[in-house]
This record gives sequence, C-alpha cells and structure tokens, in this order.
Amino acid sequence: MSDIHPITRRLLWIFFAAACLLMYLPMLVTALASLSRSRFFIFPVSKYSWKWYEDTLSSLQIEQAAIISLIVAVMVAVISVALAFVGALAYARYDWKGRKSFQYLVMLPIFFPQAVLGLAVQLWLNTLGVPMSWHSTVFGQLVWIAPIATLVIAIQVFAYDPAFEDAARDLGATRWQAMRDITLPLLWPGIFSGFLFSLLLSWSNFPFAYYTSGADVTIPEWLHAKMIGGYTPMVPAVGTLSILVGAVMLCGGFAIAYAAKTIAARRRLATAAR
Amino acid sequence: MTDRSFDATVGTSATPDERTGRGAGLLRPWLGRLPRNAGFWSAMPLSLLLLFGFFGPLVLVVLYSFMPRGSFSPIGWPTLENYRDIVEQNFYISFGWSLLMAIVAAVLLLLVAYPLAVAMVRLAGKKADIYTILIVAPLFVAENIRLQGWSLFFDKSGFLDGAMESLFGVGTGSLVGNIPIVIFGLVYVYLPFMLFPLILGLTNVPGDAREAASDLGATRFQVFRDIELPLAAPGVLIGTLLCFVLSLGAVSEAKFLGKGAVIPIVQDIDSAFTFGQNWPRGSALSVLLILIAAAAVVVVMRRVDIDRMFTRR
Repeated sequence: MSDIHPITRRLLWIFFAAACLLMYLPMLVTALASLSRSRFFIFPVSKYSWKWYEDTLSSLQIEQAAIISLIVAVMVAVISVALAFVGALAYARYDWKGRKSFQYLVMLPIFFPQAVLGLAVQLWLNTLGVPMSWHSTVFGQLVWIAPIATLVIAIQVFAYDPAFEDAARDLGATRWQAMRDITLPLLWPGIFSGFLFSLLLSWSNFPFAYYTSGADVTIPEWLHAKMIGGYTPMVPAVGTLSILVGAVMLCGGFAIAYAAKTIAARRRLATAAR
Repeated sequence: MTDRSFDATVGTSATPDERTGRGAGLLRPWLGRLPRNAGFWSAMPLSLLLLFGFFGPLVLVVLYSFMPRGSFSPIGWPTLENYRDIVEQNFYISFGWSLLMAIVAAVLLLLVAYPLAVAMVRLAGKKADIYTILIVAPLFVAENIRLQGWSLFFDKSGFLDGAMESLFGVGTGSLVGNIPIVIFGLVYVYLPFMLFPLILGLTNVPGDAREAASDLGATRFQVFRDIELPLAAPGVLIGTLLCFVLSLGAVSEAKFLGKGAVIPIVQDIDSAFTFGQNWPRGSALSVLLILIAAAAVVVVMRRVDIDRMFTRR
C-alpha cells in the first residue's frame, strides 16, 4: 500500500490546522484592536470599548463609502456572471477553432499585477475622455473579475456532460428549451459560485477602485487613506465591519445554495413518489 | 463516470446538425463567411471586454512609454529617452528587489502549500470542499486589512510583543520594517493562489498509479518523484508562475509590513504616475515589468494543457 503513514498523516493535519489559524490570525488581531479604547493599539488591551464602532456607524463618509462599495460589488457580480457564463461555455464546453487561444486570453488578466492593470485602465479611460467615478471602477474590476468568474464556472462546465443537452435536442427541445431546462439547472452551482466569487472579490478589491474611482471612495480605499494618513482605531473597526459583511455574503450564499439543493431534492422525491 | 472520448464524439456530431438548422438556408452563403460555431459567439462578449479593457490599455501604455518625458498625450514623435533614463538611474534596485522577493516567495509558497494540498486531496475526503473554502475565504477580505492586521500583530507593543512581554518579561520589539517580513506578507497573501492550482494538479494523480508503482517496489520517494510530481506538474507550474507574477507586482506588503525598508517596482511605477506626473516614465517601467512577467508566463504556459488540468480522471 502507498497510503500515507499515520505519523505523516497526523503531522499533515497539524500543519493544516496551523495554516488555517494563521490565515485568520490578522483578522482576529484587527477585531481585537477595534475594541481597544486607547488611541493606539497596545497589547494586552487595558480597556475595551465600542466607541470606535459608534464613531464608525455615525460617520456619513463611511456610510457613503459602504453604499458605493455595495453598488459596485452587485453591478460587477451581475455583469461578470453574465459574461462568464457564456464565456465558460466557450472555454470548456464547445469545441471550436480558437478555443486554446481563448483559454490563454482569459488567463492573462489574472496573471497580471493588479496595480499595473489598474493604472493602465486609468490611463486608457483618461485618454478616451471617460470621467472617473464608480462607473469606471465597475469596468476596471470587471476586467480582472470576469475572467476569474469564467474559470470558476468553467470548472463546473468541465464536469458537465453535454450529452444531456444533445439528448434533449434529439427529443425535440428547441435550443432555448435545452438551455433553460437542462444546461442552466445543471450548471447552476457553478454559476452561483461565480456570482458569489465576483461579489466578494469586488467588495474587497482595492487596486482598481484606487486608480479608477475618481472622487468616489469605496471602503478599501477609505481604509487605505487612513492607514497611510495616520492610524486611528476606526481603521480596525471599519476593517472588522467589512470582514463581517463579507462573511454574511459568504454564509448567505451558502444558505441559499443549500436551500435550493434541499428544495430540488424534495421536488425530485415528490415526482418519484408520483 | 464520464468518458471524455465519448463526449467528444457526441459533441462533434451535433455540429452538422446545427448547420442544417432551420432558417439558415437562405442566409447560408452569407453566413458561411462568418465562423458559425457556438463557441466563437459565446467567447465574444468576454473577448470584447478584454479587448477593450485589457489590450487597449496595454497598447496605450506601450505607446506612452515611447513619448517624450512628462507628455500627457500618446501621440507624438517616439523616443527612447524614458528607457535610457531608467537604465541610467537606479531603478535596477527596485527591479532587483522585486524579482528576488518574488522568487523567494514563490519557492517558499511551493514548499508550504504542497503538503497542505496533499492533506486536502488525500486526507480530507468529502470535507475537502469545506476546507478549501476555509483557506480561500481570506481572499475575500481586502489585502490591506489583513496586512494591517499582521502589522498590529508584529509591531512594537503589538500583539506578539505585548504577549511575550507579559508572559516572559522579554518582548520581541518591532518585527516589522525589514525585508523578511515583506516576504512573509507575500507568502501569506498569495497562499490561496498556490493552493488552488496545486489541488487541481494533485486531483489528477490517480491513486491506482501510485499503488501500482509501490506494488512494483518503488519507495515512497520514488513514487513521489516518478508518479506524483510529473502528473501534478501542471498545477505546480501554474501555481508557482501565478505566485511569482503576482508577487512581482505586489506593493501593499512592502507598504504595510516593510514600512519603507524596501521599495518594490510597482511603488516606483505608482510614484512616476502620481507624484512625478511623468506618465511616459511610469509607462516605460510598466512595460519592462510586463516583459519580465510575460517571459515567465510564456516559458511556463507552453508546457501546460488547460483542458487536461481541469478534467478530473
């Protein structure tokens, strides 16, 4: 047998648990710092308070930034998933002449330093005379996020058996019916993951917002400005809130996916019983 | 299980069917000039976005890099003076540091992420998806928040220093503001980017092959070297490449953890565009960075077949 040795197995688990802990450690420290009363973070914390959260929640500037961030994230997610769905079919489902080149093309923006790409997009929009606002941020982020969403959906498409669609067509379904009743339901988990990925990546994206949003400010931009300009405990407070919003999006997404799965299973059972 | 060759034949048999589709008869001679297949048209929207939002800007950056110093228009008499300036001034320092840090970070990431990927693929079983999400979820938190968190952890009178001081009476002092901590930041931020491709690569190693090899007398190391590594190679290559390129273009790690101990190349690019108001110089620096990254991408991607990478056997 070439199975993993029990000691190696245990070591791997410990290593894995340590890695998971390290991934979340800076966020925990951020949350801790946001609850510290003092102006500068000193550990151990001598006095805890919610003061910085009260300040954060009463700040109009931060409210504005949160609204802009959310609008951008939703717009990016909707557009990117639409582009990525058809893109993923071209990427993984259809056999066509330019497919290999298309696959590399889609990879390119992901393999590209975001800050440089953000600057390039800024230069480009500037030269074309497009005014910078959150609209241009949506565009800039799409260039980076739509290819990622395409890959996420493509993973599902690679596992999808096109014979189902062909069978439906042979049985007389129109192209649209086959798409609606066969392809979309089967690819739905991938499409949903693509949407969630896009939403969360946009919500947390800094470089594109920084270079392309003009006078509009998103939450990561607001944080950046404060981190550079001078630390205040509102930085970890806003950071923690932004992490929580992301966590709610992620958990909400999973709840929806789980509910949809359960409903579909129940419906299948009911049909089978009939 | 799905049989790929079978799928392929079914897939192609649908194509002639589409050609005789209703309505196309009249237009056929004209449509014949256009690539008719579904793949081409499905690729169109995304390709247009990338043409307009990726290649357009890149071409513009290249154009700007040949404009005279400080010009604000991409149209003019081309000159090489920006490149000459870059060679004559000491930009090689930030290029050198960025390259070195990217190489070290990519190698460290491979060493750290490989055992993690093995654990996820061979030990986690059904729960692998949950563990993957656990490791990937931090990607959805802005990079600067996480790096600031590490800064609060490592800084003087921060979490580590304070904890050591109160436990043992000896603090660690400030651990930020040096180059190793910047590399640590790079490894931390890009871990998910290494892990994902490695997991995809390792799923492509069939357990049977490993077992067959050890039945035939291969040692654990031989199985790793001759079976596992070659089969997982696309994942290893893509992950290393991705992390190298992203680290090369990283800037926040040096800002929040390095605190000025090292200036990465992207910071020079950013200052040329913003404080310097010298777009042509910023563009020329970008072009050089892109060329280095592109060279790495071309060398590696020629050895990788994307279809095979995603298709589980």
